[in-house]
Amino acid sequence: MSHENKLVMMANQIGKFFAPQTNMDAPEMIADHIGKFWDPRMRRQIYAHLDAGGDGMDAPVREAIKRLQERDKAKQTRA
Amino acid sequence: MSLIHEIDFGTPASKAGETVNLIIDGRSVSVPAGTSVMRAAMEAGIQVPKLCATDMLDAFGSCRLCLVEIEGRAGTPASCTTPVAPGMKVTTQNDRLAKLRRGVMELYISDHPLDCLTCAANGDCELQDMAGAVGLREVRYGYEGENHLKQQKDESNPYFTFDASKCIVCSRCVRACEEVQGTFALTIQARGFESKVSPGMAEKFLDSECVSCGACVQACPTATLMEKSVIEIGQPEHSVVTTCAYCGVGCSFKAEMRGEQLVRMVPYKDGQANRGHSCVKGRFAWGYAQHRERILNPMIRESIDQPWREVSWEEAISHTAAEFKRIQAKYGRGSVGGITSSRCTNEETYLVQKLVRAGFGNNNVDTCARVCHSPTGYGLSKTYGTSAGTQNFDSVEQTDVVIVIGANPVAAHPVFASRLKKRLRKGAKLIVIDPRRTEMVKAPHLEAAFHLPLRPGTNAAILNALAHVIITEGLQNETFIRERCDLDAFEHWATFIADKRNSPEAVEAITGVSAEAVRGAARLYATGGNGAIYYGLGVTEHSQGTTTVMAIANLAMLTGNIGRPGVGVNPLRGQNNVQGSCDMGSFPHELPGYRHISDDATRAMFESLWGRPLDSEPGLRIPNMLDAAVDGSFKGIYIQGEDILQSDPDTAHVAAGLAAMECVVVQDLFLNETANYAHVFLPGSTFLEKDGTFTNAERRINRVRKVMTPKNGYADWEITVMLAKALGLEMAYSHPSEIMDEIAHLTPGFAGVSYDFLEKVGSVQWPCNEKAPMGSPIMHVDGFVRGKGNFMITEYVPTDERTGPRFPLLLTTGRILSQYNVGAQTRRTANVVWHDEDVLEIHPHDAEQRGVREGDWVKLESRAGGTTLRAVITDRVAPGVVYTTFHHPLTQANVVTTDYSDWATNCPEYKVTAVQVAPSNGPSEWQEQYREQAERSRRIVKAEAAE
Ligand code: SF4
Ligand code: SF4
Ligand code: SF4
Ligand code: FES
Repeated sequence: MSHENKLVMMANQIGKFFAPQTNMDAPEMIADHIGKFWDPRMRRQIYAHLDAGGDGMDAPVREAIKRLQERDKAKQTRA
Repeated sequence: MSLIHEIDFGTPASKAGETVNLIIDGRSVSVPAGTSVMRAAMEAGIQVPKLCATDMLDAFGSCRLCLVEIEGRAGTPASCTTPVAPGMKVTTQNDRLAKLRRGVMELYISDHPLDCLTCAANGDCELQDMAGAVGLREVRYGYEGENHLKQQKDESNPYFTFDASKCIVCSRCVRACEEVQGTFALTIQARGFESKVSPGMAEKFLDSECVSCGACVQACPTATLMEKSVIEIGQPEHSVVTTCAYCGVGCSFKAEMRGEQLVRMVPYKDGQANRGHSCVKGRFAWGYAQHRERILNPMIRESIDQPWREVSWEEAISHTAAEFKRIQAKYGRGSVGGITSSRCTNEETYLVQKLVRAGFGNNNVDTCARVCHSPTGYGLSKTYGTSAGTQNFDSVEQTDVVIVIGANPVAAHPVFASRLKKRLRKGAKLIVIDPRRTEMVKAPHLEAAFHLPLRPGTNAAILNALAHVIITEGLQNETFIRERCDLDAFEHWATFIADKRNSPEAVEAITGVSAEAVRGAARLYATGGNGAIYYGLGVTEHSQGTTTVMAIANLAMLTGNIGRPGVGVNPLRGQNNVQGSCDMGSFPHELPGYRHISDDATRAMFESLWGRPLDSEPGLRIPNMLDAAVDGSFKGIYIQGEDILQSDPDTAHVAAGLAAMECVVVQDLFLNETANYAHVFLPGSTFLEKDGTFTNAERRINRVRKVMTPKNGYADWEITVMLAKALGLEMAYSHPSEIMDEIAHLTPGFAGVSYDFLEKVGSVQWPCNEKAPMGSPIMHVDGFVRGKGNFMITEYVPTDERTGPRFPLLLTTGRILSQYNVGAQTRRTANVVWHDEDVLEIHPHDAEQRGVREGDWVKLESRAGGTTLRAVITDRVAPGVVYTTFHHPLTQANVVTTDYSDWATNCPEYKVTAVQVAPSNGPSEWQEQYREQAERSRRIVKAEAAE
């Protein structure tokens, strides 16, 4: 499996746990999880994948990655 | 220093609350009701002679040496079997008793060889002591009559001998095997004069059911059962209390020494985890420390196809530091990292993560918990608020219903298993959830009430079904839920769990377990009294590992089985210090005490003490490091005491990752498999050679004490200190106690821990701080650490690893009793007599279909790779499931496992791999190549030759 596909698979796996949590905002939880556990280079890779069309990413994961990317950008501008 | 002699009170302590007053030899004594007269006397300092009694065992009353007189009672009752009564007046010494005792001793001695002076037990023999105590001066019966003096010795066990001629048939060994160990391997054959001790059906020890725990050897009052090491070396002269370095039970031992030579390890009765018991590994398998293959000099090489070159410590350390600096300058700060060891001490793991965070300036630090219990940490912190088990081991004594899921404590946590079995023999009920019929399912004198043999990978489904039954049948603990849990989360969860898709009937198709059995088990757990769940890697090592941990946490909250003795959620942690390595901040996203690295206040505290800025971003986890290495962004790694090539999944991928790095530093006792890919080898030290602490599965911080000088020159913590210094990070510690002081200062749960404190109390369970000055045996007593208990929805998601026409079987992996993890230590001991190769367990049906016979070589193949090993045909595994262990590098079970992992933590899915099995002629080409490469990679050019 290519590294990128692996990251997509990992992100979708995370998505599949949070999507059924009826009392939570799933994309928010997914974004929070990835933000807390993935090192910046892995996050950059998945942002790049999303920018390139986000092939294979489940809907809530896509939304989560988008939010996270924006947050990371904002952080960088602040820094 | 001298030998530590624990007092033997003769019979176990009574747990009764009420006390009884009596008079013994004119002294008034007050003891708990139910105490024996013998024990009451000993508590008052009055020693009654005894042979068949010892306080690890229930009284038996066979030797008649402990006779006493009791006012108002006829005859001379045995003090070991007579309980105290209020107002009792006991006499333990007078002429009549002395005469009787001498008579008893005379009979014993008349059938005992009189070779005391040359006997290995000389100086440590209770028979000898008692002969002295009763004042035996003559033996009137000669040796002419029939006797047992010519009995054959059984030396089949590699660690102890059985010299039947010295046996006094006190049956302490038989009872130890039954009561303490729970194996029932020994019997007394025949009666009267003919009676003798025998393993099983008069077999040799090695051929019997005996698991070599040594409890019988410890119990034997004579030299009949004797450690071979004592026979060879002689009696020890001093002892030091320390902690076993094998599994997460964390047994306390007395290391009995002669100077710097270890004579034997004897389980310490005051050890709060093991209460005087141990298994074969801790008691006997310590010979690896002296093994000729141990590496004692540092070595380096430019590339991994070169032989190793021995160098001085100075050269090795400055070379390593220069390499790491060079790599960081060229590829960036994040291009290097480290792996802490769950076999090393807390202090040592703490230093490695400190070196990475403050010395390397990134958070690329991880530990082997990644591949075992990382889902426990995450799952329990989300539901309860802490990353650890909720109970102490003693808690099992108050349990009524036990669920064991995905664990085989008999093999992996033997001393806990013995304690559990003891409780089960006293009537507690057992539910086993495991694809295999493990040794827990049926053992002598106990049988599980339910065994749910689920298909590998369906844990979450079956736990959901258990919860479904409890909710839909109204068996939940409403009060507990209302008072202790987040009600909103509970409502959402309850709606989810009550859905038909989670019913046992619906789930049966997924798990293969009958709905009826699931219903029965659920009812038993919910209504059977105190319910406790114990689980192992069969829970965590799945793509839904974290989900399953949460499902377990839900089940315990649902039934109110949290916050008191006898209940709880208990992860059985694998390695000796895997709990500790997690506590010490070995994960890339959190600092010691489980605080996220992005938390500014926590970081600031560490920054100010360490004098370095810390990165606020999480670092790489082990699998991510390997991916990044293959990708080219990760180039150097410092690995302390881990063998990731053998222990991590998908060997080919691990090898590719390591081969892509420019500087791999391995610090270990032996040239392990990972070292085949290393550029620097730093020889490590054993647990016998250093001071420190280990934290066991019950959060117990135990002291490890140095009993000999490190053969390699330095304790592991000292090596990290040298490396840090060469990298420009000063670590000014003169003793590990100072490292613990720093940990205590920075970590709220450890605030009360210090070596002085541990010296006083023996051991302590964290949190230990102002709120809990004596530690916390049970967690979440008055409320969950996170506030309200949080029910998480645990939807079953099947793993992507599926069987199909090419790979129709499911492989699951595990371990066995005599070997430990990658086997680097145990393979270098006599334990190999029990397990000298990994084998594949396969069901008769699957074997027949493939034309595989018992003992045949078979090829085991998955989409990741293949290996060959021998087949064992057994119905312990279900049809469609095969099973093996991963203790031997030449089998390399992990060549076969895949890189699928837990969704939350990347803990690998070791327990489910789709495979095919086919007959084969012998080792595969890959295995031959690997053997050759390993041999080539282990060539060493000695320092003298290099000059
Ligand atoms: S070593 Fe342990 S298992 Fe073996 S006979 Fe003795 S007590 Fe039983
Ligand atoms: S072997 Fe030792 S413990 Fe067992 S009956 Fe003989 S003397 Fe007693
Ligand atoms: S391996 Fe585990 S059970 Fe065995 S002696 Fe060591 S700590 Fe105890
Ligand atoms: S010690 Fe009491 S009968 Fe043996």
